[in-house]
Formats: sequence, structure tokens, C-alpha cells
Amino acid sequence: MDNGNCDAAFPIQYRQMTDRGLRVIARLDVKNGQLIKGIHLEGLRVLGDPNEFALRYYESGIDEIIFMDPVASFYGRNTLGNVLTTAVDNIFVPITAGGGIRSVADATRLLRAGADKVALNTAAIERPELIRELAEEFGSQAVVLSVEAKKTGNTWLAYVENGREPTSLSVLDWIIQGIELGAGEVLLTSIDKEGTQRGFDIDLISMINSAVKVPLIVSGGMGSVSDLDPLIFQENLDAVAIAGVLHYEKASLAEIKAHARHIGYRVREASIS
Amino acid sequence: MLVILVIGFEKPPLVRSISDAESCILREMRDRPNITVVDYGAGNILSVCRGLERIGANVSLSADAGEILRAEKVVLPGVGAFKSAMIKLEKRGLVEALRKLPSLETPLLGICLGMEILFEESQEFGSSEGLGLIPGQVVPIKPFDLDGQKLKMPHIGWNNLVLSGDLATAPNDIAGQAFKESAGREFYFVHSFMAQPTDPTHTLLHTFYGGNEIPSVVRNETVYGVQFHPEKSGNAGLELLKAFSRI
Repeated sequence: MDNGNCDAAFPIQYRQMTDRGLRVIARLDVKNGQLIKGIHLEGLRVLGDPNEFALRYYESGIDEIIFMDPVASFYGRNTLGNVLTTAVDNIFVPITAGGGIRSVADATRLLRAGADKVALNTAAIERPELIRELAEEFGSQAVVLSVEAKKTGNTWLAYVENGREPTSLSVLDWIIQGIELGAGEVLLTSIDKEGTQRGFDIDLISMINSAVKVPLIVSGGMGSVSDLDPLIFQENLDAVAIAGVLHYEKASLAEIKAHARHIGYRVREASIS
Repeated sequence: MLVILVIGFEKPPLVRSISDAESCILREMRDRPNITVVDYGAGNILSVCRGLERIGANVSLSADAGEILRAEKVVLPGVGAFKSAMIKLEKRGLVEALRKLPSLETPLLGICLGMEILFEESQEFGSSEGLGLIPGQVVPIKPFDLDGQKLKMPHIGWNNLVLSGDLATAPNDIAGQAFKESAGREFYFVHSFMAQPTDPTHTLLHTFYGGNEIPSVVRNETVYGVQFHPEKSGNAGLELLKAFSRI
């Protein structure tokens, strides 16, 4: 793949064929009320007030926001309530909250605080029925299956506890099971690529792309706008969740959206004002 | 009100015309719309309330039939299943109140599932009766695109609105125009079912999913419905809520 000139990399006829939307989602990992960012989901660095970042992204035209409390499942509680309540005062795009959700009661608390969807990982792997319970209570559209994938030999295994603990579950099998249980979207994070800014894990995404029947959000590894290029060939991909590129201002949202449009995606206007 | 504003001046003229800015402030104060959001235990109503507050409305939540009948304007939100939403409304005695709103000429806006239950009947899980305020059915979104390729369900994401039908015959008053200004803008959709109005002029705007038309803004006199979530659609959505608040 040519990472420089896209005109050369993308035949005109292909660009005209696609009428596929791409949602650009900002992912904000929050610990003790502070926005953090790490590499391979580890080595956390404090960046500031998550609500300030989220509002800036909203005002520049972000399509959705994901707030994750990455250590919540380790400590057994989610601390996003205040962040969400502040966010819904000013942010009028969909908001997903994740981290440490173990029950319908946990999810209810976050949805009442202003989240539209909840993302599940550790607790769903420990007790898959949780997905069904949440889908029945709130509808599938409110349940995002968050899957943290790490390559092990020739396959990818699902990890829990924010990428710290391996399971024996193959990522593909787990996603298929999660969708059957009622997950309405899948957020697929590559632990190997996360925070490296070396590009998305295209092999992982290709494998999952062909198997999912619900919207697929991919996350982990974006370092520059040209990292979006290979995604256009993943026919079922719906959204990218971006953290570092936005937080460190490696590219503006306007640049990301302009590039996505250039390679053939239908993208919502970047500026809302 | 004018007196209060004039008092602050050192030499108040006996007769003075109010400036544009003052007249704007006065109008804002007088016209601050009162909107009642129906709180029947379905979905994220916090966002709907915040969105309405942002566009300058006084928002009250209510599950009381009397309050809803006295309301200036009513918003009916909703996320989830058609039948369970109707049961929840029924349990709170709100079905009859909502059905009376058109005869009181109270503007009513249904959002997402709240729009779907404005129709007569839904085919979701068998067949269930709706409010019947707009003639028509609620049916599953066509699961295939025009080439026969399977589409993902639910329809989730941003999609733009297109003007529907014959503009000469469609209701063309100020309220209709305000909604039609959303044409070409993008809104956030999350749904698996869609409305099929019996009267095509009841569809003001539609969107395309896999090449198939989805009625997205519907209207029958003072009853309005939007299939997307204006409270989750950035400025385009807030402006649409403002259009409703100004009816």
C-alpha cells in the first residue's frame, strides 16, 4: 500500500463505487477523572480533563465519543458517572461508556448518567449471559462488545482486564458468540498495535470483517491519516475509534475526515459551527 | 417589561423605539417555549432534555395525563421495542391523552421509537396497535440493498436527509418549511424498523439505506415524527429541535 499519494493508491473507479459511511469516534480512556493514554493499553500518561478534550472534539465535528474506564474492572467499579453527566450538558452526539460493567444495575447507572451505549469486555467473557440480559433490557443498539485482541501464534486471543490477562477464547469465536447473544456493535482493539501509531492491524480486521453482521468499530494503531487507506477494502467496517492521534494533535479531525472522504468514504461534515 | 429596561438610562426619553437588540431580548423572554417531555421509562431522556434546554426551551418531564393535555408542546422520546413502549404508555394512562393532542392543536414530536408509535400499527413481534395519529404502518427496514446484498441491521450511523414527494402538494407552511431546512444535513440513526405513511405527502424528508427509502421526517398537521435522534445529531439536530420549539 502506498502511504504517500492516495491518488496513485486508489483507482478512481473504486472511489466512485463506494457509498459507505465511516464514523470517526474519539476514544477517551479515563482514570480517576483524568484522560490517560498508554501504549499497548499500558504505561499510562495523564493528559488532562476528559471533558475538555471531549468538548473540543464535539465542536470540531466528532461523530461519537467513547469514554472508557480501563482500570474499572480491576477495581470492580466504574467512575465515569461525573464525566458523563458533564458531557451530556454540552455534547450532542452518541456517547458510549465502558469499563467494569458487571450487571444490569451497573449499566443502568451509566445510561442514566447520560451514556447511550455501554461497552462490555471482562464481565461478558466471565459471564456471556450478561450480554443477553443487557440487550433484553436496553436493546441491542445499547450494547457494544469491546474485544481486546492479541496475536498468539497463528491466531488472536481475547484479553481481559484492559489487555493484561489472556483468555483461551479465539477473538473470532467470541465475537460470533457475542453477536448471537445480542451485542449490537463490536469495538475491536488490537493490543499489539494500540498506542504504537504504526497503523491498524489489517490482518486482524480482515478476519473479523468477513464474519460480523453488526457494525464494526476498529481501534488501535492509527498514527497518521494515511493509516485509513487499507480500511476502505474492508467492506463491513463502519467506524474507527481514535485516541492518540487526536489527543496529541497529530492530525486534526478535519484532516482525518477530509482524508476519509478522499479515499471514498461518505463522512459527516467535520465542522459543526 | 419595557419599563424595566428603560429605567437604567440616565435620561430616559419619554418616547423611544426599542432597539433591535432589546426587541430580540424581549421576544426571547416572552417566547421561551415550554416543552413537556413524556417520561414513560423508555430510553435516554436526559439527552433529549439537555438538547431542548440548549435551544432555549423550558423543559418539564411528565408522566401525568393532565399535564400532558395542558402542555404547550409535547416531545415523545423512545428507545426499545414498540409493544413494550405502548404497554408503558397504557399503564400510565397516557395513550388517550396523547391521542387527544391533535384536537387541542398541541404540537407533538415523536423521536425514533416515539415516531414509530405515532402510526396505526407495527409488525414488530407480530402486530401491535400504535397511537394512530398518522395513518400508516411500521415495518422492518428492507434487509437487502438494490443489488441484493445483505445490509447490516440495525441501521446505525449518520445519514443525510432528502426532500420527499411533490413540494407543491406537501404542507408548505412555516413549520413544514423549518423542518425541510434539514434537507442535505446529516443526522444520527439507530433503528431496525421504519414507518410507512399511507399518505405520501405525510413524509417531508427521507433518507436512503442501501438504496431503499426510509421516511425520516413525517408530519400530519400538528403531529411530527423524526426517525433519527436530533438530540444526538450535533448542530443539525439542535436546529431541528429549535424549529419544533418555534412552531
